[in-house]
Amino acid sequence: MLQDKDRIFTNLYGLHSPELDAAKKRGAWHLTKEILDQGPDWICDQMKASGLRGRGGAGFPTGLKWTFMPKEVRDRPHYLVVNADESEPGTCKDREIMRHDPHLLIEGCMIASRAMRAHKCYVYIRGEYINERHALEKAVKEAYEAKLIGQNNLNGWDFDLYVHHGAGAYICGEETALLESLEGKKGQPRLKPPFPANAGLYGCPTTVNNVESIAVAGTILRRGAEWFAGFGRPNNTGTKLFCISGHVNNPCNVEEEMSITFRDLIDTHCGGIRGGWENLKAVIPGGSSVPMVPAEQIMDAYMDFDTLRDLKSGLGTAAVIVMDKDTDLIRAIARLAYFYKHESCGQCTPCREGTGWMWRVMERMAKGEAEHDEIDTLLDVTKQVEGHTICALGDAAAWPIQGLIRHFRPEIEDRINQYRLPRAMVQGAVIAAE
Amino acid sequence: MSDLFKVNVDGVEVEVPKSYTLMQACEEAGAEIPRFCYHERLSVAGNCRMCLVEWEGAPKPIASCAQTVGDMRPNRDGSAPNIRTKGPYVEKARNGVMEFLLINHPLDCPICDQGGECDLQDQAVAYGRSGSRYEENKRAVEDKNMGPLVKTIMTRCIQCTRCVRFVAEVAGVEEIGMISRGESAEITTYLEKNLTSELSGNVIDLCPVGALTSKPYAFNARPWELRKTSSIDVMDAMGAAIRVDAKGDGVMRIMPEVNEDVNEEWLSDKSRFVWDGLARQRLDKPYVRVDGRLKPATWGEAFAAVKAALSKPADKIGVVAGDLIEVEQAKAALDLFRSLGVQNTDCRPAGAQYGADGVREHYILNPTLAGVEEADALLLVGTNPRVEAAVWNARIRKIWLWANLKVGVIGEAANLTYEYTHLGNSADALAKAETADFLKGAKRPMIVLGEGALTGPDGAAVLAAALKLANDTGAVADDWAGFGVLHNAAGRVGALDTGFVPGEGGAATAAILGGGMDTVVLLGADELDLSKLGSATVIYVGSHGDAGASRADIILPSAAYTEMAATFVNTEGRVQVTSKAVQPKGEAREGWAIFRALSDVMGKTLPYDTVDALRESLRENTVFAGIGYAPGAAGAEALKAIPEGAGSLSGAPFKAVIGDFYLTNPIARASKTMAECSALATALDTPVAAE
Repeated sequence: MLQDKDRIFTNLYGLHSPELDAAKKRGAWHLTKEILDQGPDWICDQMKASGLRGRGGAGFPTGLKWTFMPKEVRDRPHYLVVNADESEPGTCKDREIMRHDPHLLIEGCMIASRAMRAHKCYVYIRGEYINERHALEKAVKEAYEAKLIGQNNLNGWDFDLYVHHGAGAYICGEETALLESLEGKKGQPRLKPPFPANAGLYGCPTTVNNVESIAVAGTILRRGAEWFAGFGRPNNTGTKLFCISGHVNNPCNVEEEMSITFRDLIDTHCGGIRGGWENLKAVIPGGSSVPMVPAEQIMDAYMDFDTLRDLKSGLGTAAVIVMDKDTDLIRAIARLAYFYKHESCGQCTPCREGTGWMWRVMERMAKGEAEHDEIDTLLDVTKQVEGHTICALGDAAAWPIQGLIRHFRPEIEDRINQYRLPRAMVQGAVIAAE
Repeated sequence: MSDLFKVNVDGVEVEVPKSYTLMQACEEAGAEIPRFCYHERLSVAGNCRMCLVEWEGAPKPIASCAQTVGDMRPNRDGSAPNIRTKGPYVEKARNGVMEFLLINHPLDCPICDQGGECDLQDQAVAYGRSGSRYEENKRAVEDKNMGPLVKTIMTRCIQCTRCVRFVAEVAGVEEIGMISRGESAEITTYLEKNLTSELSGNVIDLCPVGALTSKPYAFNARPWELRKTSSIDVMDAMGAAIRVDAKGDGVMRIMPEVNEDVNEEWLSDKSRFVWDGLARQRLDKPYVRVDGRLKPATWGEAFAAVKAALSKPADKIGVVAGDLIEVEQAKAALDLFRSLGVQNTDCRPAGAQYGADGVREHYILNPTLAGVEEADALLLVGTNPRVEAAVWNARIRKIWLWANLKVGVIGEAANLTYEYTHLGNSADALAKAETADFLKGAKRPMIVLGEGALTGPDGAAVLAAALKLANDTGAVADDWAGFGVLHNAAGRVGALDTGFVPGEGGAATAAILGGGMDTVVLLGADELDLSKLGSATVIYVGSHGDAGASRADIILPSAAYTEMAATFVNTEGRVQVTSKAVQPKGEAREGWAIFRALSDVMGKTLPYDTVDALRESLRENTVFAGIGYAPGAAGAEALKAIPEGAGSLSGAPFKAVIGDFYLTNPIARASKTMAECSALATALDTPVAAE
C-alpha cells in the first residue's frame, strides 16, 4: 500500500486549498527552474528511467513519446496538447487533478514543453467540465501573475498555456480528433500516419498527453526517476490514480501503487465488495472500453498493464467498474453499446454502421428476444469492426461485447431461453397476441 | 536516398516512387483494390475502409489508399514488405466492410438510376454476402435539395464524402458537408439551396452509389439501353471530351470523358445538362418569309429565295459566323461567298480584334490549358474563366491550391474560387502588372487575354500591350509560350483558322449589322444586335429557332454538334472532331452540305462532293493536318514580334463577356434545365424584399 509520503496528488480530495500558495507548500513549482535548466535530453531520460507509461489508456511510455518530437525547432513551432477530454465512462481522475491540484498540471505542462521544445501548450477540457475549467483557468491566471509561466518568466523558458473548452463529444478524446476540434473543425480522427509528432496541430510537430501523465512529471523529476520506478512491478511502475465505482461499499478515487492486487485495492480503500467477495461477478478494470474480467480471474490479479493484458482486458484509464451478482451484465453492456453508437463520429464505415447494429442486437439480447445463433453473429460483427476503423473507437465498441460473450455466454443463452419459455407452450404456432 | 521503394504484392515485387500510395503500388503490381471513398483527383479520406490489405507483420489490415509507400519499412531482413491483396484475411475484412455498407443501404436497385453503373452494386457482387444477417430496421435519411441538376436519395448514401471533397477542393464552394455524427451522419447542403458552382454536375459522376443522380435524366433510361458516342463538347472553347448517350433519336445525357490535356475528367454543368435543348426549338425544315410570316418551304424553294437574295451586289452582302460554327461549314461558306466576290465576312460577332493579322499565335491559348500546371504566375486580362471555361478554372484553382500558383486579374473582380491580386479594371493596369508582386520573379508566367479585353475599339492595342508585357516578364521564352487568348466560343478558333475574317476592303461585324446591307447571312449567329438591319434580307443558317431565326427571311436548318462528325478547334488551337450520335432533326442538313448544294444553285459549284474531300482541301492549311494536337510552346517564336501600329490604349474598363453562364448559345437557351439554373442563379443575386 502506498504511504502518504509517496503520494503525488496530496490534495486529491480537495481538503486543502488548490491555490498557488497552498500548492507551493505541497511542493508544486519547487526546483522547476533547475529541472528546466537540465534541458530536454535529461528530462526525457529521467522520464524514460521512471518507467512512466501514458495514463490515458494506451499505456505508451511517456518519456519515449516525448523523444519522438524533432530534435530541433525548424520552420514550424512545436506544440504540447494536454488531453483533458476525460470522457471514458467510469473515469474521473483528471477531474480531481484539475479541481484540486491544477498547479501540478501547469508545472508538468511547462516541463513537458521544455522536453519537447515547445513554447505553447493547449489544454483541451471536456465540454461538461465547467467547474474544472474555471479552476484550471484560475490557476493559470495565478501562475501568469506570479510570473511562473508566460513570456520572460522566472523559470526561464518562455511558455504560454491556453485552456480550450470542448463541446462534449467523446470522440474528441481521441488525439487526432482532439487536434481537429482544437483547430476549429469537426472532431473526426485523422488518418495515421502522419503521426502528430510529425504533423499535428496546424500541421506542426505536436505531442498529445493525458492530464495525469503530465501532472506527475514535476514530482517524478523532483524526487527522482528511481523513486517513481520503485513502485509496482517491472514495466508497470509508479503510482496511479484508480477510480473505483460500482458495487463496492465505498466508491472512491485513490492514488495507489501500480500492480496492487485487486483485492487489496478494494479492501483497503473501498471497504470491500457490496455483499462480500462471494458476491463479486465481474469487473471492468479500465474504463468502459476494455473487456470485462470475471470475478475468479480478477480477484487476486495485479492491477497493471501487463497482467490485465494477459487477462485479455486492459488497465486503460484504471477506471475500475465493479459489478456484483445483482448486475444484469447484458443490460449493462447494451448500455455501453448505446454509448458507443451515440459517440461514433460517423466517418468510417465499420464504426458508423457496426456500432448501431451491435447496440440493437444487444438491446434485444438484454430482453432475450434473439436467436441463439445471433450470439455468434454478434461476435462476428464485433470482429468485423475491431481493427478495421480509422481510430480506436471501433475497437472500444467491440471489446466490451466480446468480453461479455467470452465470459458470460451461458447467461445470454439463459436469457433467450427464459424469453422463449412462455412462448414455447404453443410450439410451431404463431401466438395470436404477437 | 533513393526515391523508389520496393513492395512485394502477392508475390510480385514492384519498385514504385515513395510518393505512391500503397493502393497505387498494388495496382502497379496488377492487383485490383476495391474502393469507394478514394478518388485520384481528390484528397484521401480513408473512410470507406474497402481498400484494406494485409501487411505481413502489421497488427491490423491497412487502408491502402491512405498508406504512403514512403512511410513503410522493409522487413527485418531487409527484403521488401509483403502485401497481400487476396486471401481469407483480406477477404474477411472486405466482406465485413461490404456488409456494413449494405445493412443500411436500401437495396432499391430496380428503381435506382445508378443501377447498372453503380460501384456499390458491382462490388457487392464481388464481396457481398448472398443474404443479409441484419435483422433490424434500416435507416432512412431525408432527401436534400441540391438544386435543379442533382437529385438526391440520401438513404442510399454511404458517406464516402467524395462530393464534400469535390465541392471544397475542386469546385471551390464549400456548400456540401456532413452534419451530425455516427449513424445519424448526413450529407447535406446545409441550407438546402442549389449549389452555386458551374461544376456541380460532377458530383453525380463521383457518387459511387445512387445518392446523387442527375435530375433531368431521372428515370429516362438505363445505361445498357444507351448508345454511347465519344465526342467533343462545344458549350465553351475548351472542347472537353464528352460521351453522348443516346436512345433512339434522342440524346439522353452527356457525360465527361477523360482528356488530361483539356478537361481532366470534369465537365461544366452547361455542357452536361444542355442536352434537353437539343430537342427543343429545333429548325427541322427550311422556312421562307411570305407576307411577313415564316412559311415552311422545300429546300428548292428556299434555295431559290436565297439565290435571289444573293444576287445583290457583292459589297451589299454580309456574312457573320456565330459561336458554334464548325470548321467544315465555315470553310464551305467562305469558299462560296469569296467565289461570289463577297468580302464582308466575319466570325467575330462581339467584334474582338484578333485574327485579322493572320498570326495564329495571336488568337490561340499558346500556353495550353494544361500548361497552367507548369506556370507559377497567371495574369488574367479581361476574362472570367469561371464562366468562360469553368473546367479550366478548376484546374487553375487546383494549381493555386496545391502548387502555390499566384494569380492576378485585370478586369471585372469576380469570385473565381481562388485568391488573386486585382490590378485594375482597364488596360491601364497592364503597365502596373510588370512590377506587381505576383509576377516578380516568376519563372513561368502566363498571360491570358479574354474577349472582354479585345472587343473595345482599342482591342488591338490591348493585345499588343499584353504581348509586350509577356515578352518583358519572361512569359515568352524558347520553351515557353506564356501568352494566349482564352476564347468562349467553340467555333471561333476554327473559323479564324479558315480565314473567316473580312477580305480585301471587307466590313467587320459591326459594319455589316450597322445598316446599309441588302442581304445578311447569319451562320448560327444569334448574340447580335439585329435592330439596325433595316430592310435587309436575312438568311439564317442554324439549328435552333433563336434571335437570328426570328428576324430571318429565309431559314436553312442545319445539324447540331451531336448530329454530325464535325471539326472544332479549341482555344488552344487543338483540332478535334465530334461524332454523330443521333440523326439531324427533320430535313436539317450538315452545314457544309447546305453550302455545297447552294453553290450548285448559284452556279459556282464548290470543288468537293464529300466531307472527306472538303477536309482534304482543309488540310492544305497545315493547322488542320493533326488531330488532337495543340502547338503549345511551338508558338513561342511567333510571339517574340510585337505587332506595330496597333494604336493607343483608351483606358476604358473591360466588360464581362458572359452575362449569364447558363444561357450563352442557342442550344442552351432552348434548354429547360438551363433556364431553371439561370433563374435560380439570378434569384440568388437579387435580394428579395424581406432581406
